[in-house]
Parts: sequence; structure tokens; C-alpha cells
Amino acid sequence: MTVRPRELVRGLWGRICGHGCEGCRLVSPAESRRLTLFGSPNVGKSVIFNQLTGVYTVISNYPGTTVEVARGQARIGEMLLEVVDSPGAYSLTPFSEEERVARDLLLDEPADLVLHVMDAKNLRRSLPLTLQLIEAGVPVALDVNIIDEATRAGFRVDTETLSTDLGVRVVATAAASGVGMDKLRTLLTEEAPRPAHSLVDYPKPIESAISGITARLRGDYGFARRAVALLLLQREQGMWDRVRRTDAEAVGELEQIVRETEAKNNQPLAFPISVARQQAAARITNRVLRSESRRIRPSFSELLGRLTIHPLAGIPVLAAVLYFGLYLFVGRVGAGVVVDFLEQSVFESYVNPAATGFVERLLPSPTWSSLFVGEYGLITLGLRYALAIVLPLVGAFFLMFAVLEDSGYLPRLALLIDRLFKRIGLSGRAVIPIVLGFGCDTMATLVTRVLETRRERLIATFLLALAIPCSAQLGVILGLLSGHPVGLAIWGGVVLAVFFLSGLLAARLLPGEAARFYLEIPPIRWPSLRNVVTKTLARLRWYTAEVIPLFLLASVVIWIGEMTRLFQLALAALRPAVNLIGLPDSAAEAFLFGFFRRDYGAARIFDVANSPDAISGVPLVVAMVTITLFVPCVAQFLVMVRERGWRTGAGVAAVILPFALGVGFVLNLVLTNLGVQI
Amino acid sequence: MPEMELSERAEEILAALWVRREERNDTSQPIGEIEGEAGGEAVSELVEEGLIEEKSGRISLTEEGEREAAAVVRRERLAERLLVDVINLGESAATEAACKFEHLLRRGIDDQICTLLGHPKFCPHGSSIPPGECCRAGALELGKVVSALSDLAPGQGGVVAYIHGRQPEMLQRMLAMGVVPGTPITLLQKFPSYVFRIGQGQLAVDQDTARDVYVRLTRGPSGTPAPSSWFPRSLWRRGRGRARRGR
Repeated sequence: MTVRPRELVRGLWGRICGHGCEGCRLVSPAESRRLTLFGSPNVGKSVIFNQLTGVYTVISNYPGTTVEVARGQARIGEMLLEVVDSPGAYSLTPFSEEERVARDLLLDEPADLVLHVMDAKNLRRSLPLTLQLIEAGVPVALDVNIIDEATRAGFRVDTETLSTDLGVRVVATAAASGVGMDKLRTLLTEEAPRPAHSLVDYPKPIESAISGITARLRGDYGFARRAVALLLLQREQGMWDRVRRTDAEAVGELEQIVRETEAKNNQPLAFPISVARQQAAARITNRVLRSESRRIRPSFSELLGRLTIHPLAGIPVLAAVLYFGLYLFVGRVGAGVVVDFLEQSVFESYVNPAATGFVERLLPSPTWSSLFVGEYGLITLGLRYALAIVLPLVGAFFLMFAVLEDSGYLPRLALLIDRLFKRIGLSGRAVIPIVLGFGCDTMATLVTRVLETRRERLIATFLLALAIPCSAQLGVILGLLSGHPVGLAIWGGVVLAVFFLSGLLAARLLPGEAARFYLEIPPIRWPSLRNVVTKTLARLRWYTAEVIPLFLLASVVIWIGEMTRLFQLALAALRPAVNLIGLPDSAAEAFLFGFFRRDYGAARIFDVANSPDAISGVPLVVAMVTITLFVPCVAQFLVMVRERGWRTGAGVAAVILPFALGVGFVLNLVLTNLGVQI
Repeated sequence: MPEMELSERAEEILAALWVRREERNDTSQPIGEIEGEAGGEAVSELVEEGLIEEKSGRISLTEEGEREAAAVVRRERLAERLLVDVINLGESAATEAACKFEHLLRRGIDDQICTLLGHPKFCPHGSSIPPGECCRAGALELGKVVSALSDLAPGQGGVVAYIHGRQPEMLQRMLAMGVVPGTPITLLQKFPSYVFRIGQGQLAVDQDTARDVYVRLTRGPSGTPAPSSWFPRSLWRRGRGRARRGR
């Protein structure tokens, strides 16, 4: 076997960086028409996407980002459509990474039709985006979706007048129940004209700035120049970067125009621009929307929605979600039933003996065969941990996370927790990476990009590395401690306390203030099975692409360590530290392995607990706490370094290592002296 | 404090000195810059009242003059707010009218107007309004017409009057999400975060953001069912009580 280390490392790096799946498109753009679904979050874009496309959906990260973009194929009659489901965006001026990706999709992958999907109940709030799309000159059509809910609430939308007023085609649908989908399909097959009009009159100084700017632009931007000019006036950095590349010589003059226009206004130009659009939208809305104020009885989902954000009732709901989702589903079903089955019935009984027999016959030298089937062998250890222990746990977690995501519960959790999170320097928005951390800390560290300030990203990264156990660890911990309620309580209490205390401290030490919090709260909806499955599979695919190679690499590293006796040296160095916190020698392996993969550590403890010198009681709890807090796994460490820089990555690791052992030491001392029986 | 009746010109000079310090950090003004006979008279009137002092050809505010000037600026900027938010006058028209209007606002009335407007912190042009007694006391009398979102009670609503944008990003963000002047808005709950209905959607924001959104209140039922209608009242009250303690 020839392994070229440099290529191996580069390949692994590529996988970690998420470039592994770039370019795997189903259809080449030249062959078919492209349809882009566009609109704000929670308007049913994914439902329409799923209705239109077949089983072949590819969810991949937009290059260089963690934002997922779904692509699929739709066949309508003879026509083949490549459908792109863009992330939710409120306007063409992006603020979040999602919005940036959505906007860049429009610019860089020009579509034959952009379908602006909106919630019929929110016509007035959504029309400014339609006006911007028309302004940008992209071929746009409008889908007034969730029309059934609007009708029930007493709204009537006159789609014909709307279509005449806007000059684009309009269709009303209730995609979830299939209403209007035939009309939508017909609309999609027709040629879409590029609008060449603007329906918004901006104040005079802005209009004259627009003509000044458009006269100086030469390049092709994918958007009409008027729209480009408006983005420049709002100081949208992405568009300025594009102009600097395309029309470099005009940049000076453009800057000048924008500065002069700004000087005439006391507020950022975004304000008069937004207000003008809003007024135009309101004018149109008044013509097309009829509403009879109807006091309807709130539906079950509305009641549930209110219950979940109620200051008092929200807590038992949260507790129920944690108990059923995390403890019962991930802990019991994932860690218990599925892992037991795969571990014992599949690997121990069939795979390991078969593999051992096969390899030993093939490679009689014990040195070489131990690489594959030894105590730390690629198959018997690496693959077994990956497939039998970690994958079911992470899969169970991702499944639960997708259900929470699709039902609209996560934003509610964010608003419940914002006040508390402000104390530790985070905003409610940080629940998404933090909760995801319970699945996979590595992925969660990547997802901290959704946070807006550098300070918040740093605190979240640190807390993820320190006090959030990933699902692999969690599964093993819950499995081992499930018979010891006191031990479980101590473990939970200590880890929670460390989370908040270190968060408080980080918020104190890092300069700056907590980020602002604002989030749209979507209605609670029944999660769509397809959305949940595709999302879970996409995440699992990412995880497998990142995990399996690292598992194998870790096995190889451990094997080399074994053979060269380096491993024994490292273990010898760790043993005193492990003994100091009251653990037996064999636990040192768990800690060392823990760095190669965090879950390895916990899984080793699992092995240790079932071995002859089994630990239980106080040492077991101390071991669980220490391993939870201990240095993150190699993958998380690498992502931390890539996202936050070498210094931060190394700094975080340097803080955590002694801290985790220190907490373990103190906890052991306290529990032993108090004579706690677990 | 003695009741003073200053001439319009004298008040203008006081305000000009105050703004000069606010904008350029310059505490004195050459006396030559004040033109006309009326100007000269006003200066001597102010010196007589002990509000300004003259030193080597430059005038500056005395300690008492400082207080009086802040009050003038406050009245002027409150008048602008009133004219823009409540009377719906255009900004440029409002500035002119506010100059005249300001002189009519007597001491005492300005606090009432300030309360009415929900203790605004900035004038429509973005300059800060010097706080009065009422802002420090956080007076929340009934009958106000404009209020910060954070001061509404759950179920209360109106239309968005303005957002004061200390952070331009924040302002743009809110605008993009549909929190735009003229849009109907109803506060649904205050704890643990502020949740409000804007149009038919729901947004959640933190306290700092809720303080930046000002609402022109509408009287009577807002048309949308209050969120408290199906929860036991006692539960809501407890939730609100906690919100108050939490602040």
C-alpha cells in the first residue's frame, strides 16, 4: 500500500473544508432551463421544490460557505427544468450568509425564470422584494403561496390586478395541499419576459444619483444597472467588490456620487430607498388585497406556537423536547438499541471474526495484520467505531435536529434563550450552532458563521469545544450513566455550570457588546417527511465524508504509535494525570484516543467500563465529566484553526487541557471526601 | 429657577452655542458672528440674565445658560419629532415650523410632549435630544401617542412611527424584514424576548432593539385578537411581572 502523505492530508483537508462535493451537479446547465426559487424564509419554497422535483435532490454547500442549496430536476411535459432552491432572503441587500448566497445565486447562475414565492398573508411585506427583482431585470414570476391560510384568515388576493400592476405573471398556490400546482407548472413552461421597468419612484436626489451611476457603469452585472446603482448607494459591499473588479476606472467617480448623495441625507440611504419601496408595495397591496376582519378561532398549530414561546409554558415544552428528542430518541434508541444491534449482532458476531480470519490468512505477519484487525485495527476498531457507534448516534441526532428545524421550533428556542445567552456574550441566534453541537461539534463550529460578530463566533467556538458533548459522546455517556441517576445529575450539573460560568467569564474578558437579536418566528408546522429525510441524509453524507477518512487516519496513527512505541510513551506521560483524578491506567488510553476523535474517548471508556478493571461510581462520573470537557477531537481542532486562526485554535486547546483535568481533579476530591455513593 | 421670558433671537443664540459645542466641541463663539441690531440686543439680554459671558470678544454659556440652552434645543427637537411623527409633516417643512413652534413650548409643556412621544432620544435628523426630567423619571403616563415598542403592554399596538438607527445595519435589517414606518404592529409578549406581529408575520427581538422601534399608538382594539385571550390571565400577569423584575 503506497500512501502519499501529502496527498492524503490535502484530500482530508479538502473534505473538512467542505469542498468534497463541489461540482456534483445532476444536469449541466446548458441542457435545460433553470428555475430559481426565491423568497423570504418559511414561505414554502422547499415544499414547492419537493413537489416539482423528483427523487434526485442534491443538497450541497454553496462553495466556500456552510449554506445549503438544494438542486433537483423537474420534468413538465417535454421540458426538463433544473430547479434551484435558494436560501431564504428578505431583500437583495444581504445581511446574513444565507442572503448573500441567495443573491449571488441570482447573479452568478442566471436563471431562465426566478419564481418569487411569498406567503399570501404577508403580501405587503413581501412585495418590496418582488419590486427589487423587477428592478434588477431578472425574468421573474410570482407565486402567492399558502393561499389557503390567507383565505381562512379572511384575505382575498386579486391575482389578476396584481399581475397587471406588476407586469409579471402571478399564480396563487397552496403547495402543501397541491392546490394551484397545475397552473404553476403551466406557467413554468412558458417563456418569461425580462421586465424592463421600475415601479418604484425614489426621492429626487436618489433618482439623480441612480442616473449618474448607471451612466458610468460599463460592465455586465447580471442585474439591471438601476438595481446595481441602488445597491451601491446602500453601500452593499458585495456589489462594490464586483464593481471594483469590472469597472475599476469608474470607482472613484461612483464613490463621489454616493458620498454626495449621502451628504444630502442624514440617514443611511437604505432608509429612503426602503421607504419608497414599501410605499409602492403598500399602494399595490391596497389595490389587490381585500380583507374582512374575521375573528377566527386559532388553529391547533397557532395554539401550540404560542405555547412554545410562553415564558412559563415554554419551559415544560422545552423539557419535553429535550426528554423525548435527546434522551429517549438519541440516547435510548440511537445509543441503546441501534448501537447494541450493530456492535454486538453485526460487528462482534460477523464482521470482526470474518475480517480477522480473512486478513490473517492474507497477511501472516502480525505486524501488518494488526493494522487492519488488531486491537486498534482499521476494520476492528476504526470502522467499528465509525459505523456501529458513531454513525447511528449522529444520524439519530441529525434526524431529530431536522424535525425541530422543519417544524419551526428552533427560532422559538432562540427567542426563549436570548436573555440567558446575552449573559454569556451570545445572542439567541447562537442556539442553532450550540444545539447542533450536541450532534457534531465540528459541524457546529462551521455553523458559528451564522453569528454576526467576531466576538460571538469566538465565544460560541470556545463553548462548543469545552462544554458541549457531541452526540457520540452523549450517547455513550447516557448509556453508561443511565443506571445511575445521581451520577447523571452530577455530570449534567457540572457540565452545565462549566458552560455558563466559562461563558460569563468569556463575555467579561472579551471586549465588545452582545450582538443584537432579531428573528422571524415562523408558524409551527408539521414537519415534512421529505424535507427531514433529505436534510438528514445531506448532513450524514457530509459527516461520513469527513469522519471515515479521519477514523481511518486515526487508526493508522495509533498503529504507527504502537509500532514505534511512541504511543506507549504518550500513555505513560498521561497516566499520572489520569491517576491524579482518581482513574485507572486504562483510562489514559481513552483520553489520548479522545484527541483523535472525541467520541473515541467516550467509546474507550465504554470499553473500559465493560473490561475486567471496570470503573464505576465516582471515578466513572469524574471520567465522564473530564472527557466531556477535554480537548476537542482532531477534526474540530482543525476546523477551529481554519475558521478562527492558528492562535485562537491553539489558545482554546491550551486553555481547555489543564482546565478539564482541573475540574476532574476537584470533582474527584469533592465527591470522594463527601463520600458520595453513586 | 426664575421664570424667564427670552426673546426669540436670544433663544436662537443659546441654541447655536449649544449646538456648536455638540458638533464641533467649541465652547465659545466670536461675538462678531452675531449680526444685526436685534442680535446685539439679544446678547446684552443674555448677559444681563447671566446666561452667557463675554470674554475677549467671544461669548460662551454660563452654567445656568447651559441648562437653559439644553432646554431650548430639547424643545426645538421635540417639536420636530411632534410635527413629523404625529402631524405627519415632511422633514424639511417640519424643521422650519419647529423653529417657530419651539418658542411657544413653555417649560413644563415640553415634558408633556416628550412623554406623549415616548421620550424620543433623537430628532428626525438624527441629532440627540437632551433628556428632560420626565425622561429621567421614565414617566409613563397614559395618553401618549408615540411609544417605544419596549414600553407597550402585550396586546397593544399601532403603526411603526420610526426606528432610531444608532446602528445603520440594524436599521437596514429591520427595514428589510418589513418593520417600516406606516406598517401595523402589535406587541404580543415581552418576556423572555419581545415578540410582535408585523403585518401577518411574527418577529422576535431583544430589549435593545425593542427600545429603538417607536410606535404611533392606535386607540381601541387593534383588530387582531390579543395573544392573552386564551391563556389564563393570571399566567400572563405572572409572566409580565417577571419581565419587569428582569429589567
